Amino acid sequence: MVGVFLRRLAQSILVVLIVALIAFCLFQFVGDPVHNMLGQDATPQQQAELRQRLGLDQPTIVQFARFIANFAQGDLGLSYRMGRPVSQLIAERLPATIELSLVSGLFAVVFGIWMGVAAAVAPDSPLSRLYMTISLVGTSLPPFFVGILLIIVFAVTLGWLPSFGRGEVVQIGFWSTGLLTLSGLKALILPSITLGLFQLTLIMRLVRSQMLEVLRSDYIKFARARGLPEPIVNYRHALKNTLVPIITITGLQLGSIIAFSIITETVFQWPGMGLLFIQAVGFADIPIIASYLLLVSMLFVGINLACDLLYHYVDPRLLDRTVAAASR
Amino acid sequence: MSRARTVACLLVLATLALASPAQAAEFKWAGQGEAQSLDPHATTEFQTMALIGNMYEPLVRRDKDLKLEPALAESWEVVSPTLWRFKLRKGVAFHDGAPFTADDVLATLERTRTPGADAKTKVQSIADIKKIDDHTIEVTTRRPTPILLSEISDWFMMSKAWCAKNDAMSVADVRKGAENYATRNANGTGPFKLVSREPDVRTVLEANSKWWDKPQHNVTRATYMPISNSATRMAALLSGEIDFAQPVPTQDINRLKADSNIKVVQSTEARVIFLGFDHKRDELLYGSVKDKNPFKDARVRKAFNQAVDVNAIVSKIMDGAAAARGSLIVRQMKGFAADLDQRPPLDPAAAKKLLAEAGYPDGFSVTLDCPNDRYVNDEAVCVAVAAMLGRIGVKVNVAAISKTKYFGKTLSRDTSFFLLGWGANTVDAHNPLAIVLGTPTPDGNGQWNMGAYSNPKLDEMTAQIRDEIDETKRNALIHKAFKLVIDDYAIIPLFEPALVWATRKNVKLDQRADERFELRSVVKN
Repeated sequence: MVGVFLRRLAQSILVVLIVALIAFCLFQFVGDPVHNMLGQDATPQQQAELRQRLGLDQPTIVQFARFIANFAQGDLGLSYRMGRPVSQLIAERLPATIELSLVSGLFAVVFGIWMGVAAAVAPDSPLSRLYMTISLVGTSLPPFFVGILLIIVFAVTLGWLPSFGRGEVVQIGFWSTGLLTLSGLKALILPSITLGLFQLTLIMRLVRSQMLEVLRSDYIKFARARGLPEPIVNYRHALKNTLVPIITITGLQLGSIIAFSIITETVFQWPGMGLLFIQAVGFADIPIIASYLLLVSMLFVGINLACDLLYHYVDPRLLDRTVAAASR
Repeated sequence: MSRARTVACLLVLATLALASPAQAAEFKWAGQGEAQSLDPHATTEFQTMALIGNMYEPLVRRDKDLKLEPALAESWEVVSPTLWRFKLRKGVAFHDGAPFTADDVLATLERTRTPGADAKTKVQSIADIKKIDDHTIEVTTRRPTPILLSEISDWFMMSKAWCAKNDAMSVADVRKGAENYATRNANGTGPFKLVSREPDVRTVLEANSKWWDKPQHNVTRATYMPISNSATRMAALLSGEIDFAQPVPTQDINRLKADSNIKVVQSTEARVIFLGFDHKRDELLYGSVKDKNPFKDARVRKAFNQAVDVNAIVSKIMDGAAAARGSLIVRQMKGFAADLDQRPPLDPAAAKKLLAEAGYPDGFSVTLDCPNDRYVNDEAVCVAVAAMLGRIGVKVNVAAISKTKYFGKTLSRDTSFFLLGWGANTVDAHNPLAIVLGTPTPDGNGQWNMGAYSNPKLDEMTAQIRDEIDETKRNALIHKAFKLVIDDYAIIPLFEPALVWATRKNVKLDQRADERFELRSVVKN
């Protein structure tokens, strides 16, 4: 088991390094941050000085090696745009993104399962049809459009919810939370729906199809024949047997919610990592772009690593096979 | 009505009338981006300068029409062409209570010259500053500098004691990996004090009750929140979450005007969008012509000028919100005259004939380099220009790219035909003449002259304009210089872009043509 873990870990590190290298090569196409930084009145000499100070005059591979060496020591560099340490900026933004991702994940799971079960139990009822329509909307409308639509209805027309920002936050140690204030909670609603809508439809459709299968099986018929109340049959007996694939999907999707919250954060001016990243792209703020890409690739690789190890744990035959392959 | 009652009524009315201007107001506004730092010398980026300008002040400031007026300097005199004497205002205090004196100016100069300070361009003409007494300084310039006041109108004064105490005597250097106390804290003399700042979320300011000037505003507390997405910014204004939003996308102008809760504040920016040619190469770099560069022929440049229908661009693409211009000089600059705004008449037939005379009866093809995220509708303007030039047989391929790539490419003069917008931070005509139209030299002259236009006669005049202290003579020279550029068809001037802001109905504020918003002009009822 330890051998498998170490081998997987080595592979993961290699993947992260390759992602970082590709990202770094792409920076050739992001453009030159120096003009953004200095403004139009700077002399060519000033520009050359800054380029040299930032090390931008050196070959890509040298810049890359230096970035990785610093990264390994926990130094992500200083943002070109704001002149502050990238690690500090990311630490400030991380709570906002994590909270948004978790709340929208929770929203997607709770409503996805509930609507999926309802749509499976009575497939022909008007309510099921409505749920299916919503899921169609969720899969076909792009998130920025859903976000703007929600803003127009709930912020501009009805005036119930804020159209941007995170509201008041409470600082608990290094973590800033919007979950403890009314304005913070209100600010969470629209972005969470926007971000979670796609996942909701995914979960709902998955639950529905699994449920339709399970509801046909004999033990459900027996349960009904025993006269058990309908909610207990549906939720305790039927749903339980559909949950394994749903948990897998939800876990995997959480990673992509965190990574792809960029659009939602831009629409709602949500002060998270996605917004930080998109602003960095517009400015060619390479230290932030590089660190973000590296962190996200680490997140994905980490989730995959955990999944791989879980598979081995769940299905020991896989372990035997890899061990056998290794010893051969 | 009895007399007593009338008197009582009048008294009540009088109290009401007296009470209304002092009404305190909380003001919230949103812009597109965030200030990069609160350090007044770290950068010259305009959003940063705009926010900082509410807290810090220069010796000489600009009013709403961009005219210079005394701020921390009460008065000044030109002793000799290279020596200026400034009387500093007495009784001015920084937000921490320390008095503002000549020592602070000297310390600020020293700080502005530290390696990380981009603001050093603002003091490039200054050789030295000498303290005469606590409220008198003498500024020696490197050479006669008629625009000294313009150059320092954004040079913000810091407190020597505060900088020393907080280890902020130099500007934070991005390479050293350490930030500076001054990047997140502020201590100026301006109308507003910093209360708190969370970058990219909100910056809270409160009115400085001890400000030396008489406040025209009635804002007690102001909050700035950047909202980068235009649609969200407009939604926040419509829902009343903010009082003021800048900028407004041109396509939203009419919808906002129809809303009774919203007021659209509109004018044009002191910046000219224009098209430039490669004047230098002997062969067209990006195009079909070989062994020759058609743009070296003034007839071709004239033909291009006559083929581009600027009025159509202004009315169709800019929704009528922009203003056609005939040169790089704008009306706020000294030396401006109406005849500098005349464009060659639109005449595609004559343009076609000129092209034939120049040896291109069937036209030619050329690539137009264009940013797609720098100016309002920049790419759409380029596409329209391509269609207009198509009518005289010139096939224009529009290459629109992001500004971070675009400026790297065009500033290394890797272009044949390009679009650029120019607004002078000094609001003085010398700047475009030297930087955009002057012959490129290693010392920074002609740095934004991406087509390497070179006209020795113009360079000579520009040098005279730089040094001429006499205003009448100088203005005449400016007029002559721009006439030369126009007659040479050196560029295709297009328009001044629209400057569109929007407020809630109950807000009144000034709109400066350099896009700068100042809290000190806000009155909210």
